Amino acid sequence: MSAAASRYETVIGLEVHAQLSTRSKMFCGCPTTFGAPPNTQTCPVCLGMPGVLPVVNRRAVEFGIRTALAFSCRVNEACRFARKHYYYPDMPKNYQISQYEEPLAEDGFLEIDVEGGARSIGIQRLHLEEDVGKLLHEGTLETAQASLVDFNRSGVALMETVSRPDLSSPAEAASYLRAFRSVLIFLGVCDGNMEEGSLRCDANVSIRPRGSAPLGTKVEIKNLNSFRNVQRALEFEVRRQAQALDAGERIVQETRLWEADRGYTRSMRTKEFAHDYRYFPEPDLVPLQIDRRWVEEIRAELPELPRAWRRRAVAQYGLPPYDAEVLTQSRALVDYYEAALRESSQASGAGTDRPKVLSNWIMSELLRVLPGDDERAIKSSPIPPRHLVGLLQLIENSTISGKIAKDVFQKMFDTGQDARTIVEREGLTQVADEGALGRVIDSVMAANPKAIEDYRRGKKEAKGALIGQVMKETRGKANPALVNRLLEDKLSQT
Amino acid sequence: MHRPIHELSAAYRRGDLTPVAVAEDYLARIGAFDGKVGAYLTVVREQALAAARESELRWRAGSPRGPLDGAPIALKDVLCTAGVRTTAGSRMLERFVPPYDATIVERLRAAGAVVLGKTNLDEFAMGSSTEHSAFHPTRNPWDLARVPGGSSGGSAAAVAGGLAAGAYGSDTGGSIRQPAAFCGVVGLKPTYGRVSRYGLIALASSLDQIGPFAQDVADTALLLGVVAGHDRRDATSIQAPVPDYAAELTKGVAGLTLGLPDEYFIDGMDPDVERAVRQAIEVLQGLGARIERVSLPTTRHSLAAYYVILPAEASSNLARYDGVKFGLRVPGRDLVEMQSRTRAAGFGAEVKRRIMLGTYALSAGYYDAYYGKAQSVRTLVRREFAAAFARVDLIVAPTTPNVAFKHGEKEDPLSMYLNDVFTIPGNLAGIPGVSVPCGFSAAGLPIGLQVLGRPLDEARVLRAAYAYEQATTWRSRRPELA
Repeated sequence: MSAAASRYETVIGLEVHAQLSTRSKMFCGCPTTFGAPPNTQTCPVCLGMPGVLPVVNRRAVEFGIRTALAFSCRVNEACRFARKHYYYPDMPKNYQISQYEEPLAEDGFLEIDVEGGARSIGIQRLHLEEDVGKLLHEGTLETAQASLVDFNRSGVALMETVSRPDLSSPAEAASYLRAFRSVLIFLGVCDGNMEEGSLRCDANVSIRPRGSAPLGTKVEIKNLNSFRNVQRALEFEVRRQAQALDAGERIVQETRLWEADRGYTRSMRTKEFAHDYRYFPEPDLVPLQIDRRWVEEIRAELPELPRAWRRRAVAQYGLPPYDAEVLTQSRALVDYYEAALRESSQASGAGTDRPKVLSNWIMSELLRVLPGDDERAIKSSPIPPRHLVGLLQLIENSTISGKIAKDVFQKMFDTGQDARTIVEREGLTQVADEGALGRVIDSVMAANPKAIEDYRRGKKEAKGALIGQVMKETRGKANPALVNRLLEDKLSQT
Repeated sequence: MHRPIHELSAAYRRGDLTPVAVAEDYLARIGAFDGKVGAYLTVVREQALAAARESELRWRAGSPRGPLDGAPIALKDVLCTAGVRTTAGSRMLERFVPPYDATIVERLRAAGAVVLGKTNLDEFAMGSSTEHSAFHPTRNPWDLARVPGGSSGGSAAAVAGGLAAGAYGSDTGGSIRQPAAFCGVVGLKPTYGRVSRYGLIALASSLDQIGPFAQDVADTALLLGVVAGHDRRDATSIQAPVPDYAAELTKGVAGLTLGLPDEYFIDGMDPDVERAVRQAIEVLQGLGARIERVSLPTTRHSLAAYYVILPAEASSNLARYDGVKFGLRVPGRDLVEMQSRTRAAGFGAEVKRRIMLGTYALSAGYYDAYYGKAQSVRTLVRREFAAAFARVDLIVAPTTPNVAFKHGEKEDPLSMYLNDVFTIPGNLAGIPGVSVPCGFSAAGLPIGLQVLGRPLDEARVLRAAYAYEQATTWRSRRPELA
């Protein structure tokens, strides 16, 4: 713990904007596919043309309710949209349709794992709004002669969730964001892709002398678009504020921008220049009445959430908490894992540590070769769960060695074929014939008298070199345990 | 050939007239007289003739699409028309060509109506005289020195002057009923939500409503029936069946109770107007209606509330005109300068005034005192009407306190605002109202009788207007343009 952190108490609240994975936008029927050519996914409504009107996307409301229920929020019986005004060229109407005084849901919490246990972080509110477009500058913002606007993202459904200022360290903030993302992914309401901007985060942070009651002046930090940046930016900001207080300065209420490349926050605007958003109820939309039966239907269909799954995986499968944590970064990954476990229990000869072996292979091999851990990547994996289990069986019944298995895995990934097919075609079956192996060992020993002499003079490492030679001669197919035993026998014979 | 649409369609059916001949006649009249009147901003001659030819084929084949097939109509230039520029009477949108049709335009095309062109208005529908169009003023066909009312003055003047058989406008605080009264035609503001606003360039979203102008009440019923009804693109449009308004017209007023609000006969109103309206009420009494006095005391606060709500919503709706995406762009050294110059050059004085008023009313710390308070007044107005309608079936009143004034007569914005004092409460309450001609002033200028009804009770509003119209002969008098 740094000196600053020990003298001061840190108070952090996070605002997370999540793009909902609805097929169409929040207030019009335009598609939401990421990465389409600029301005091809637009219509008069999301371009804010004169005369157009918004219509609420029912699916987005459903996703909002689903998330609210997962966070144990109260879903309000009626909610309302409001216009939030500010001029920016990526926002076609120069107002954003959002929610203000009457949000969709309020008062929930999210449990996160922290050092030495779990903490419940309050969620103040959850509301729906529309996303803005994107500006493209020729060169840098300062030198660009022109800026271009891409409205494909304009009007995409966003869900904003505001936490209470319950987070007490940058690490906790990162942990909250990780848990938050994982819940959204499990609910199927957001793909959680931070690189593509599906999840964006702003933080409010203040510090106060340890034990002092009133909150310090808060500073809003924008542009925190990865777990690492959340933690780094907050660490920087806590240090900056502590140094300022130590120097007898006052903290100014302001909005600061995190410059990830340079590793510091810089002032964007102070309180005096804060926007007056001139909120008022959106007259083009009637208040949304949320049918209680609908809410109960959505509640009944809530999936198992990541925390519950982790608890079950640890208790039922004996999985280490770390493995469970990695797997729950993606619901598709958990589905893959569960499918593999099912295959495994049906297959013969399953070892008792199969759950752990499977998670090892998924974490270290599958995630290495796949382009990501999202649903798209997992679902289109060339190695389905059944093939992975088949590979593990070949190791367990000693058909191939663990080392060969890694090569086979790569070939499975490249070709989409199952392990047995590849092993048979390429003659990779482990050599476990004592006679054949004995002959290889004899010839290796004959060719390496120096190594034998070294070994007998007590240089035990020399055996490793001989084993290596044998493996090389058999192109890795020799059963390593058998080679070891035979070699030891032969070395001790004379 | 300027005659009501129901007569035109009867003539089409008999083969006495053809849609092409009628469209040509209207286009010829526009060519001859619109230089004087200035009702139109854009005339779509070729498109109109093409539509008329198609209509003619349908009539000839004995399969017209309904009573509006072949009817030459005009649209206020806030109704978006695909491929035809839609200006809202502003420099800001002088060259704006919408890529889509407003819902009502779609419905009119589907009904076979022949759109002649787009009519003039006060810029962004802000005004009561159609003097404040960025392009040219419109003149009242009854007296070219006078205004036609506004903001839908172009549509009213077109119907009055025989430059269209019928027309549509929008009414936010009286912008259909007031010009209808000034021009001696029928003008209806339907219940808020009865007609889809999709494609109407918004002034104040919670008040705007599209409605028809017609030569008589029967046409008004037809023009409303074709465009009314739910639209899934407008979340504020009402899901309620659309009655056959025309079939309801002839039921008369016998047995109906008409409320006469004390607050609608005020000091300073034109005595000719008061006399004409009181005579009209006697006519309705003679037809069997019962008259009862009602009180709507919040009426006097309506104007104040309206001039908070309207500018607030307008300041928001007009924020999109910034030179970035469509409409006018005046270059600048940077974004903010470009936007400022664009808005400075693109908007007229009245628009700027209301944007400033509205921006102020919505700003932090003032919201409750202005917008919040105005919404409370609105609730009171609504309740007052509801209470009155628990006792009476309809409310009858003057449409305006005065007849059409002279161009340039009302320089002061406040005196201009007072024109709408009798029409604004209907918008605040969201109820339907019609203005039907009820006589002339000593100077020969038309006077309008306003009939207000319960939400979605357009049928009864039109029924009373029809009974009155049929009992009088005002509609036989026409202005002379030649």
